[in-house]
Amino acid sequence: MTLDAKIPAAPLAEMWTQHKFDLKLVNPANKRRFEIIVVGSGLAGASASSTMAELGYNVKCFCYQDSARRAHSISAQGGINAAKNYQNDGDSVFRLFYDTVKGGDFRSREGNVHRLAEVSVNIMDQCVAQGVPFAREYGGHLSNRSFGGAQVSRTFYARGQTGQQLLLGAYQALQRQIALGKVEMFPRTEMLEVVVEDGRARGIITRDMVTGEIASHSADAVVLATGGYVNVFFLSTNAKGCNTTAIWRAHRKGAFFANPCYTQIHPTCIPVSGEYQSKLTLMSESLRNDGRIWVPAKPGDDRPPSEIPEDERDYYLERKYPAFGNLVPRDIASRAAKEVCDAGHGVAHAGLGVYLDFEDAIGRLGRDTIEDRYGNLFEMYERITGDDPYEVPMKIYPAPHYSMGGLWVDYNLMSNLPGLFVIGEANFSDHGANRLGASALMQGLADGYFVLPYTIGDYLARHMGEEPLPTDHEAFREAESGVQARIEKLLSNDGSRTPESFHRELGRLAWDHCGMSRTREGLLEALAKLPELKERFWREIKVVGDGAELNQSLEVAGRVADFLELAELMCRDALEREESCGTHFRTEYQSAEGEALRNDEQFTYVAAWEWAGEGEEPRLHKEQLEFENVELSQRSYK
Amino acid sequence: MQMRLRVWRQKNRDTQGSLVDYAVDDVSSEMSFLEMLDVLNERLAGEGDDPIAFDHDCREGICGTCSLMINGQAHGPNRATTTCQLHMRSFEDGDTIRIEPWRAAAFPVLKDLVVDRAPLDAIVQAGGYISVNTGSAPDANLIPIGKPVADRAMDAAACIGCGACVAQCPNGAGQLFTAAKVSQLALLPQGKPERTKRVRSMVATMEDYFGSCSNFGECEAVCPKEISLDFIAVMNREYVRAALVSDPGD
Repeated sequence: MTLDAKIPAAPLAEMWTQHKFDLKLVNPANKRRFEIIVVGSGLAGASASSTMAELGYNVKCFCYQDSARRAHSISAQGGINAAKNYQNDGDSVFRLFYDTVKGGDFRSREGNVHRLAEVSVNIMDQCVAQGVPFAREYGGHLSNRSFGGAQVSRTFYARGQTGQQLLLGAYQALQRQIALGKVEMFPRTEMLEVVVEDGRARGIITRDMVTGEIASHSADAVVLATGGYVNVFFLSTNAKGCNTTAIWRAHRKGAFFANPCYTQIHPTCIPVSGEYQSKLTLMSESLRNDGRIWVPAKPGDDRPPSEIPEDERDYYLERKYPAFGNLVPRDIASRAAKEVCDAGHGVAHAGLGVYLDFEDAIGRLGRDTIEDRYGNLFEMYERITGDDPYEVPMKIYPAPHYSMGGLWVDYNLMSNLPGLFVIGEANFSDHGANRLGASALMQGLADGYFVLPYTIGDYLARHMGEEPLPTDHEAFREAESGVQARIEKLLSNDGSRTPESFHRELGRLAWDHCGMSRTREGLLEALAKLPELKERFWREIKVVGDGAELNQSLEVAGRVADFLELAELMCRDALEREESCGTHFRTEYQSAEGEALRNDEQFTYVAAWEWAGEGEEPRLHKEQLEFENVELSQRSYK
Repeated sequence: MQMRLRVWRQKNRDTQGSLVDYAVDDVSSEMSFLEMLDVLNERLAGEGDDPIAFDHDCREGICGTCSLMINGQAHGPNRATTTCQLHMRSFEDGDTIRIEPWRAAAFPVLKDLVVDRAPLDAIVQAGGYISVNTGSAPDANLIPIGKPVADRAMDAAACIGCGACVAQCPNGAGQLFTAAKVSQLALLPQGKPERTKRVRSMVATMEDYFGSCSNFGECEAVCPKEISLDFIAVMNREYVRAALVSDPGD
């Protein structure tokens, strides 16, 4: 089959406006006849649920957390981009579009990215109106900062808790619709299957995580807003509960998975301290605005940082990239850190860390200003490490943070399965091979507030008058019994290993072979080991307890089972993409200076993978990317 | 380090629970508190015992999921620290630590250390929002808000909704949580039009679930985000004001 991205035939700047006019509408009286399921209550899920409810649709929203307010969007620290040009520094919708396409190393769709840049300004308006307490100047106007990879100040922020405040804004809008009876909320509920009948998504199967009850939910459309999958690496900055189950189950039911190998490694995280480590904590990259990154110039130099004189320090980002310095995009900063640590310059546990130093900034701006900008981050750092960053440099190291890959969607954010929409981090659409800082919040809210509520209407209008599939239909019963059988298999297996131990083993394998840099040999090795690991998982797994109760081991086991399959697809995708682009760095393909070397002639496409069945090689479909408004160039931040 | 733990075990909402003793060896001072529980749980699961259920998610102090009364103190001994950010360097080798779920009538135990905090959502549903439909907002810079006001609103908005304030309060009161949201929205110009209706409705819902405030101040002392008791005064002022106006639109 050919993938039709349904990019409107209009000039870039008019594309979205024209498309909104061309989309079919559902009149207000008919909207209340439609039921929509939204899985996930983060920025994308909460904003979509509340906005669609405001329009009149009936929404059921599901989340695994005990409250919608706890979705992982809440952890985003740094900020949200919007092309407001309030700073009069030359920003524009086109510049945000251009920066995002370039930052994504020319592996995203022009049309989607331009729309994202366009609606970025509406997002800010909406969030301010909701009472999100953004940082302000003394004159009362909104404050901006520049952020990783941008030369203009277009990032809005609420201290170091921007994600929290934006999510609470969306959460509150959602609570309002719950109170009005337009949204029914299902917390502590996990989606375990999507129900597909006659090629269309018709509902989902869920498990109540307190009682263990398996239930069927039918709707006119299903929206997945279930976030990213970098917990495949076990150690990542994601919340412990983040998982791939919803999108992986949808993939197994026919939804194409696009660019799974594009996973972002965030450059500024607190390094690992020991074998028991359960997750990694991100330090906002806004810290790179004022902090200077360095390592001892001499390998193995273990003097305390204060005793290393200026001329024996290597400020390697400033040295290699004089134009952008410490503000180079994330992929470049991460690889540079790995490079210096691999060469023996690293600090911290196992030599896997570099310094992020605020001494100069404190000298230049004063401690008060630094405290105002980063106070809560500095406190957080001290709580975790026991070190005071006002006195000694922070130690940081890259960690998995975000997945640009996800389910394939068209311009309407619909997957190749009609009726199945995918928004936020769960889809692949806007960031190409690398996401710029402060763009995840922007995309989640763009999809939820301003894109999906329009595009879903077009789909629903085409199915006016049809009834949702009854939950006693064969398709639901089959899906339910499949879910039951899988749970019983996990619970009844007479093994000896915990789900957590398999997750750790998988994480190490994925990190070693499909992490910050990849090689053909490494990927082939991982592809040989993964099926064996999966086989061992199902043979040796031990899940304590039963299914009809709150059972956290069972939850983890199901998620790890899906991560195991996803890891294989990631490696296959990374192997097939014989180029380096953005975060996908194949060591075979680099320039003489060690930078990522794209192969535009052969790889300017979206790799969309189709599940071909258990044990079968997935089928690759290619969506060619057309660039008519930007010229493909080698990224240079020198 | 070697730790002795006394942990609350309870099968579900309807059964009686009790404290059970565990010993954990090989605890590193660099471990987080929850990582220590992970180590214990891996051991229990390996031995075929039911691991201890506890709530956690982001493990970086912002989602508000983690809880735990640690030696009788919500989120443990450190100031402005959630349980997930508490590290074992705060304890001594050989310490005995008592670990219990949030203690409040409004938060029934679901299993072991996991409680149901749904009443916090109910309070927000009662009016903890500004009624603005998507698409109807004016330009973001249209209403200037002075930096001190914006900062103060942010101080209140920093609440993570963990429920420690309720759990530590001898009365099980929900004042600090409710006041934080009432104050944030009352301080900002965008929140003014609904202020009367909001405070009346949110306080009424709060009183449906939670005990009364008698100014112990335990809530502020354990709040991991250091939400100030002053906001309760802001809420009380809002409440009195609301009682004095006849039209909720005022």
